[in-house]
Amino acid sequence: MPCTIAMAKQLIDTYVAELPPTVQKAVHQSTAATTAKRYQLLGDDFADADALRKLAGSIRQHALEHLDTYLARAEESLTARGAKVHYAVTAEDACRAVTEILQAAGITKVVKSKSMVTEEIHLNDHLAKHGIESVESDLGEYIVQIDGDHPSHIVRPIIHKTRGDIARSFEREGLGDYNDDPETITRRARRFMRGKYLEAGAGITGANFVTADTGRLVLVTNEGNSRFCLAPAKVHIALVGIEKVVPSDSDLAVLLNLLGRSATGQQLTVYTEFINGPRRPDRPSGPEQMHVVFVDNRRTEVLASDCKEILRCIRCGACLNVCPVYRQASGHAYRSVYPGPVGAVLSPLLAGDKFQELADLPKASSLCGACNEVCPVDIPIPDLLLRLRHRAHEEHVPSPGTPPMAGFAILGSHPLVWRSAMTFGAAKDYLPLDKMPVPYLGSWLKTRTLPKWRGGKFRAWMKSRQHS
Amino acid sequence: MINLADRPKSKRVQLMATCLCDAFFDDVAKATVEVLEHAGCEVVFPENQTCCGQPAFNCGQWPAARTVMRHTAQVFAGDEPIIVPSGSCAAMMFHGSTLEFEGERDRAEIEQVGGRTWELGDYLVNGLGLSSWPGEFPAKIAFHRACHTRGTASGPAVLQLLQSIKGLEIVPFGEGEQCCGFGGTFSVSFPNVSTAMGELKLEHIRAAHPDFVVSGDMSCLMHLSGLAEREDRPIKTLHFAQILRDALHHRHGQATH
Repeated sequence: MPCTIAMAKQLIDTYVAELPPTVQKAVHQSTAATTAKRYQLLGDDFADADALRKLAGSIRQHALEHLDTYLARAEESLTARGAKVHYAVTAEDACRAVTEILQAAGITKVVKSKSMVTEEIHLNDHLAKHGIESVESDLGEYIVQIDGDHPSHIVRPIIHKTRGDIARSFEREGLGDYNDDPETITRRARRFMRGKYLEAGAGITGANFVTADTGRLVLVTNEGNSRFCLAPAKVHIALVGIEKVVPSDSDLAVLLNLLGRSATGQQLTVYTEFINGPRRPDRPSGPEQMHVVFVDNRRTEVLASDCKEILRCIRCGACLNVCPVYRQASGHAYRSVYPGPVGAVLSPLLAGDKFQELADLPKASSLCGACNEVCPVDIPIPDLLLRLRHRAHEEHVPSPGTPPMAGFAILGSHPLVWRSAMTFGAAKDYLPLDKMPVPYLGSWLKTRTLPKWRGGKFRAWMKSRQHS
Repeated sequence: MINLADRPKSKRVQLMATCLCDAFFDDVAKATVEVLEHAGCEVVFPENQTCCGQPAFNCGQWPAARTVMRHTAQVFAGDEPIIVPSGSCAAMMFHGSTLEFEGERDRAEIEQVGGRTWELGDYLVNGLGLSSWPGEFPAKIAFHRACHTRGTASGPAVLQLLQSIKGLEIVPFGEGEQCCGFGGTFSVSFPNVSTAMGELKLEHIRAAHPDFVVSGDMSCLMHLSGLAEREDRPIKTLHFAQILRDALHHRHGQATH
């Protein structure tokens, strides 16, 4: 009989136990394959990929340390190229800025390319409330949208779905009879989407980077959908987290080389767009208006905290792919827009006064450090997880399943007590441990044995050698 | 910040045996002493040592962790290198401590101790300058690189020594960069995730058919062998210090856990 006193449970651990094995297997296979490709490609292409990661990290950190300078410079450059810059302090401000731009231009239909910040501010819900139709044009995001679901991965939003799931969704939406052939699904989506591109008055995008020196906005995709969003549109609105600014175009050489390799194991994504302002006499194509909405949404609070390094993130998802916990749990377990290791740090921080509701996320890690090892901008994620665990403890957030350490502190600072414990610990081998109502012990013993107690033996041996 | 390149390299060393070896794995601590002595070191064992405090640190309970770390810093006063047969405890000493003492008035004293701490394999190769190890150990081993040695010189150092031992074959296994699932108190607060991680690791290791599973951290091995034993499919585990020691005496694998 295992331990009979039930222990409070960590939500993510419970989620894992209930996740269908098919989802778990799909997530594991896909993430493990991408991780292997990433290691291979970075190792093959660069003599010292680690040095490159560290360089990229210092570029991003430098940009953050001087964000006041670079953000202002980016605004100047963008304005000089004819774009209009807006600042949004909150998610609501950002959504309002978008609807105001659209309403002023009389636009009721928009197409979107993939953007995590628009997920973060729930832009689609907001637009729907204002009678504006917004269609996701990234295939994965489109499937998320028609299913009323949420992305479960930063780069691959439907990593948790099977092709059968998608075929059923398409059938339901009237996009053809059930057919789970990926090529057919893609062809049907393309046909549907092309109509939407032509109907839309505005294209909404995010930005992977904005360079301060030239005001260039960089978008990377594999489907080319952001180009389609912008080609026929009258208005381009880019929603950009304020941390996305980098000092200069030359920094992109380092960052883009790492982004594709880290995200999908590609040397470069299929499309890399450099957008250099709206239509002008010397640039006769593209949208007539370009708006860049810089979104804060608590990023300045993160910047002022002891976890600011998380803002270096370039959203490649490599830390999700390598993370053993993410591989078991998939993305929805994290109950927030950003899952995995980066989400375990970023989500509680962006939650503001709701920090406590997500304070369990930083606990969902064995602190193995694989996330830091693969991070293209060398974010010390384990250190940040530890700082947030400390913050949760200081704020007295209950932590189910975590033993209180006051007794350990007494043992660990009183050598005589410690040595006695080492001797008397031998009693454990004679006790029916698995029947004892000690929840933490029960949790261990349910799937694992404990080794035989050998406390004090080494000390005795060491002493005998000194005396001989 | 502690600069690991500045750590002392003298041959009189202090041994931090670790709480796990103190309680369960006495032979690993013995092997560590014998290996260091074979390499020409004089090993001092400060009797009042307890633990590096990592369990409390990882739970976010930093005041408790600092209490233990302050005691440890006192016990290991001096100038000698501190040698630890665990990458995890070593990382706690030279890295974790710098986090938990941010803003504390005695941070410098703590960092003085952390700045003398070496993981055993790292010390043998990069402290003492060894590039190979004598003796013989005819066996196939799977080497699990403990996570806390990521990005440190320990992993390559240990592999270099093991590879030089006559008769020893290191077999590769799948997803080697992945964690064993122990993670300290993570193993009890996230038992489902932890167990699944361990089972995956065991599956990969078993597929490689090693005679022994070897690591530089007994915590990983305790987790993996605990899981395997509960499944009634026990595995044989060894700390690399036991292999180095046994290679000298041409006995192999007598001291498994």
